[in-house]
Amino acid sequence: MTDKRIDEATGVETVGHEWDGIEELNNPLPRWWVLTFYVCIFWALVYSVAYPAWPMISSATQGMLGWTSRGQLAAEMEAQEKERAASVAALANMPIEQLPGNPELMRAAVAGGRAAFKVNCVQCHGSGAAGGKGYPNLNDDDWLWGGDLKAIETTLIHGIRQPGDDQTRFSQMPSFGRDGILTGGQISAVASHVLALSGKGKDSAAGAQLFQENCAVCHGPDGKGMREFGAPNLTDAIWLYGGARKDVIASVTNAHAGVMPAWGTRLDPVTIKMLAAYVHSLGGGEDFTEQAAAPAAPATPAEQTNEQP
Amino acid sequence: MNNPDRITVPGSHVPGPEKLYEKRKAVYPQKIDGPFRRFKWFVMFVTLTIYYGTPWLRWDRGPYAPDQAVLVDLAHRRFYMFGIEIWPHEFYFVAGLLIMAGIGLFLVTSAVGRAWCGYSCPQTVWTDVFQHVDRFIDGDRNAQARLAKAPWGPAKIFKRTLKYSIYLAISFWTGGAWIMYFADAPTLTHDFWTGQAAPIAYATVAVLTATTFLLGGFAREQVCIYMCPWPRIQTAMLDEKSLIVTYKDWRGEKRGSLKKAEKNPGEFGDCIDCNQCVAVCPTGYDIRNGPDIACITCGLCIDACDRVMREVGRPRGLIDYATLEDNTREAAGETPRPVWKTILHLRTLIYLGVWGMLGLGLLFALGTRNHTDITIAQDRNPPFMLMSDGSVRNAYTLKLRNMESRPRKMEVAIEGLPGAVMWSEDMPREAAARKIVREVPADEIDTMRAYVVMPDGARSQKFTFTLRSLDEAGESDSGVTNFEAPGAEE
Ligand code: SF4
Ligand code: SF4
Repeated sequence: MTDKRIDEATGVETVGHEWDGIEELNNPLPRWWVLTFYVCIFWALVYSVAYPAWPMISSATQGMLGWTSRGQLAAEMEAQEKERAASVAALANMPIEQLPGNPELMRAAVAGGRAAFKVNCVQCHGSGAAGGKGYPNLNDDDWLWGGDLKAIETTLIHGIRQPGDDQTRFSQMPSFGRDGILTGGQISAVASHVLALSGKGKDSAAGAQLFQENCAVCHGPDGKGMREFGAPNLTDAIWLYGGARKDVIASVTNAHAGVMPAWGTRLDPVTIKMLAAYVHSLGGGEDFTEQAAAPAAPATPAEQTNEQP
Repeated sequence: MNNPDRITVPGSHVPGPEKLYEKRKAVYPQKIDGPFRRFKWFVMFVTLTIYYGTPWLRWDRGPYAPDQAVLVDLAHRRFYMFGIEIWPHEFYFVAGLLIMAGIGLFLVTSAVGRAWCGYSCPQTVWTDVFQHVDRFIDGDRNAQARLAKAPWGPAKIFKRTLKYSIYLAISFWTGGAWIMYFADAPTLTHDFWTGQAAPIAYATVAVLTATTFLLGGFAREQVCIYMCPWPRIQTAMLDEKSLIVTYKDWRGEKRGSLKKAEKNPGEFGDCIDCNQCVAVCPTGYDIRNGPDIACITCGLCIDACDRVMREVGRPRGLIDYATLEDNTREAAGETPRPVWKTILHLRTLIYLGVWGMLGLGLLFALGTRNHTDITIAQDRNPPFMLMSDGSVRNAYTLKLRNMESRPRKMEVAIEGLPGAVMWSEDMPREAAARKIVREVPADEIDTMRAYVVMPDGARSQKFTFTLRSLDEAGESDSGVTNFEAPGAEE
């Protein structure tokens, strides 16, 4: 409805619209406001010419400045890489056992390792590296294959049970029950002995005897395990596959065998060093002092369970 | 002022005069001397000296901290003020100071009206500076007006160039002084002129130069009248008991020139309509129209009118600082109350009380604050760790703050948690103990991983970490946290 007229009270022309008796006066906008508006329009034009803006069929217009968010990300990544170049180079050239002598580099490595762990390792070992049944807890002080930096690095590079890698960590425990080596009663007796080794339950002479005959080769006569074979210590409080009687019986009957990728084929050596440093820093890392535990000889007949990185 | 008030009588509908913006009426305040002007000079001198000078004061804090007396060190998140050093977690001191500044403004307003506006507001001070530059280059009021109207010629161009250059120099100096608060002043000055200062320093100086140049050189009283929210807030805080600059209309009206007054004795008041009060006003306001936000209560019109009154042999104080209440009282022939009574009324005392309590509270907090501080973050993933010997380990990240500007030996200890020992990532586990002594670097937060281990069969419980400085101060701080342990095992 266009019914322009002069409003009596104010002496201003109305725009001619009316809603339920409410009319709008034709007061012009302040000039600065209009100017700002024009400037905004101009700015929008300049912007859409300078930057990617208009959607086309398969992509958007390029923009005269050639800027893209992807390009910006690439530039930022590159800048980051440059910043890290020095410590990366230093890490690449340094045997890992010398890392503790350089606290600053160690810190950088741990930080880098923390990030790499979140990408590559949490799937099995959990975000807090606490593992789970069959997946070693990396925070504790129990290490199947050694817990100093060098041993951890070796485990990371060669993995566990990786075919085609002759340095891979490899342990093998016979399936005493499934393969008919021991009878059910014998397994039960061995289990009692194993539990008794860590102070749980009653021992039996028969169990001890069977243990010495069948298990001591790998786990040692006192059950303390052997790192060369990745044979776990049976006298401590940590059980990779559970420490209840039924768990132990299951392990002796069927044997367990975990696997871990050989990260040496997937990650660069620096990232692996960083991961080793991070895992080592979680609280259970061992000192690299005497001699590095020699890399495990590939596959020896073994007994009980598992693997560890 | 010609207010484009478009409400007109019905029937007289003239299509609206579309005047959207009233052109600024140039203000050329006249030179004046008098007690208030001298006080203004004094305040200007003091405030500018503080502003330009403070960053150059030195304060020896030893080798580990900057030796600038007042420094806002954003990069290291420290705030130095003479003997006081504020850390980010103590920001409540700064917040407290800001609140005190706010209440201080209320206090001043309730006691002496808009004294802040008239004397110490930066806008007022710098406008004053620029107006003196105007007088110095262009001459006093009339000369300034004449020059403004004069056609452009070599003389005017020269004067304008010179004047704006001086404006610019002052503005630049003002902007430059600001950044000195954020870095070591001598070093920054050197870096600034050799092109090595941070880009943000140049940007800040550029922005502050521009704003000083525009706001002090050109916008001037318009900032007070149109842009600043404070006059609006302040007028809401004023009442008839507040001290303001008042024209005593009962004494001045009806105005008339000396001649007219001589001819018709008894018919005219004391105001001789000489317009001196308007001429000297930095905002161009005519105080005889009554209180208005355009009046910043600088008192210059009082100086002007007092001089006129002296010259014509009449008592001073036709325009004066007075409360509206006293003005009415005086008009009715009573004696006005003494000024201290106006100043010390209830509202002022309440503000003073709140302000003082805040100040004392802050001082107390400052005096008793600890220069050591411990914060504890417990590892939650995993919450506890079973070790091979059956013991239970928890891990904590401790932040040990040493807020002194010297390295200090500090002892971290476990309190409670019988049987527990701890070690940290940079010591062998065999050395685990209930106390660990560390050297915390000067003025820094030392992050320490604490592995606390309890023998087999531990139960979840609360315990305390304490941090104690092993020096004569023996300061300490502590925090309670949890030790987690597995529940009953199968
Ligand atoms: S009216 Fe008087 S007190 Fe108010 S701003 Fe002007 S000169 Fe100052
Ligand atoms: S200076 Fe005093 S006498 Fe002169 S116009 Fe102002 S109020 Fe009146």
